[in-house]
Amino acid sequence: MISTASPQRARYLAGLSLFVFILLWHSIASWLATPVLPEPIKVAEVLWSEIHNGDLIHHLGMTLFRLTLSFIIAMILGSALGILLGRTPTIDHFFDNWLIIFLNIPALVTIILCYVWFGLSEVAAILAVVVNKLPNVIVTLREGAKSLDKDLLEMAQSYRLSRKKILTQVIWPQLHPYFMAAARSGIALIWKIVLVVELLGRSDGMGFQLHLFFQLFDVASILAYTLAFITVIQVIEISVLKPLDHYGRRWQR
Amino acid sequence: MTEINLTIEQKKFPKSNQPQSENIIADLNLNIHSGEFVCLIGPSGCGKTTLLNLVAGLDENYQGKITFGAPHNDCRIGYVFQNPRLLPWRTVRENIELVLPRHTPSHTIDDLLASMKLTATQDTYPQRLSLGMSRRVALVRAFAINPDILLMDEPFVSLDAPTARKIRKKLLTLWEQQFHTVLFVTHDLREAITLADRLIFLSSSPMTIVRDVKITVPRPQRFDDRQIESFRHELLSKYPDLTPLL
Repeated sequence: MISTASPQRARYLAGLSLFVFILLWHSIASWLATPVLPEPIKVAEVLWSEIHNGDLIHHLGMTLFRLTLSFIIAMILGSALGILLGRTPTIDHFFDNWLIIFLNIPALVTIILCYVWFGLSEVAAILAVVVNKLPNVIVTLREGAKSLDKDLLEMAQSYRLSRKKILTQVIWPQLHPYFMAAARSGIALIWKIVLVVELLGRSDGMGFQLHLFFQLFDVASILAYTLAFITVIQVIEISVLKPLDHYGRRWQR
Repeated sequence: MTEINLTIEQKKFPKSNQPQSENIIADLNLNIHSGEFVCLIGPSGCGKTTLLNLVAGLDENYQGKITFGAPHNDCRIGYVFQNPRLLPWRTVRENIELVLPRHTPSHTIDDLLASMKLTATQDTYPQRLSLGMSRRVALVRAFAINPDILLMDEPFVSLDAPTARKIRKKLLTLWEQQFHTVLFVTHDLREAITLADRLIFLSSSPMTIVRDVKITVPRPQRFDDRQIESFRHELLSKYPDLTPLL
């Protein structure tokens, strides 16, 4: 028999699973008793002191700044190009190969090339992240633009709606789910790439710090930074992306 | 209000330059007077919807000419499609406001909504409406722009008989207030006799005009079933060639 869990019960289960996870971590760590797997409480102490001395805030801030900027650029540029390709078959056929090439260039290669060509600068770092994310956004939005409802477009045309109305009221709501899909997978992808970008060519940010801790074999700090980062990303997901998604679906039955 | 002059020499489908395309409209000439209510009747799939799309300017790939009394761009066209085609992400009221110019006085919409008994559902999203309600919203949308030409493509199909009857009455009431030029596609002869001034019977592949009949039943008696039935009977016995078109 399938029983539907009440929201209360679901919250309880989520809390319990987190508790079990920490307990498991703690037991393994104290059983192994090795510096390369510190106990949760040790990580919490490091986290607290790093927050307190301001290091973590600074580096996390830099990473979030790069993440936000490259995310916004990639989403805006990617949406515009995706819609253009989806609506004009000629341009789409022409650039299809380019997209496939860019989709398949390894992230590391674009990062290295950006640093080699444009120097170890902030612009090169952001550019490397954008170039990595852009093809994904274009492909997702292109699919959306290709599957627009022809009936509604004809309606808009026969009632002679302005281009602005057609774009904002007829086309955009149909693309919203594709945009949200691109945004969600975008954040997950971008923050991983940002760390590599920082590791290879920046002197601040999460990636730089992790590289430093790696050289010192300081696993407690690595885990503390990871924990802080996961928390921030989850907060963004819950406070920004979920409400946005929900708002976009308010009309659905 | 405006007149429509249609001269369609040829309309091919899907595209005129493809070898396997077939002729779906050929030598169709039709003049519709300003304020006239014309019903187009023909077998399903014969190209009636295509014809409406040509008039609406949705399809420019044909040989021939369609002119209106007024220049094309000044001509407001209200189109009631076979499916309501409402934006699912806009409420009933927003769907109607969408097609209106900004600063349209709100009582225009209020009055139309009230006449179609939609006032209570004006803030509902279309997916929560019944088909009958959605069709009424689509009608309100078409009337709201006060069109010169009203195109209607089987707008009452798949509605239950009493609802369809009610909406037909509403349609005539609204039409008698404004006298838009109406092109109404149907395959229901009784409906056509109830509504129209003039019936155009169309044949299929390629579509062309078979008969052009004026309806002599006076307007006040249009909802008297016996009158409609006797006109229908007379028509079909006078022109037996119409029966296969229905």
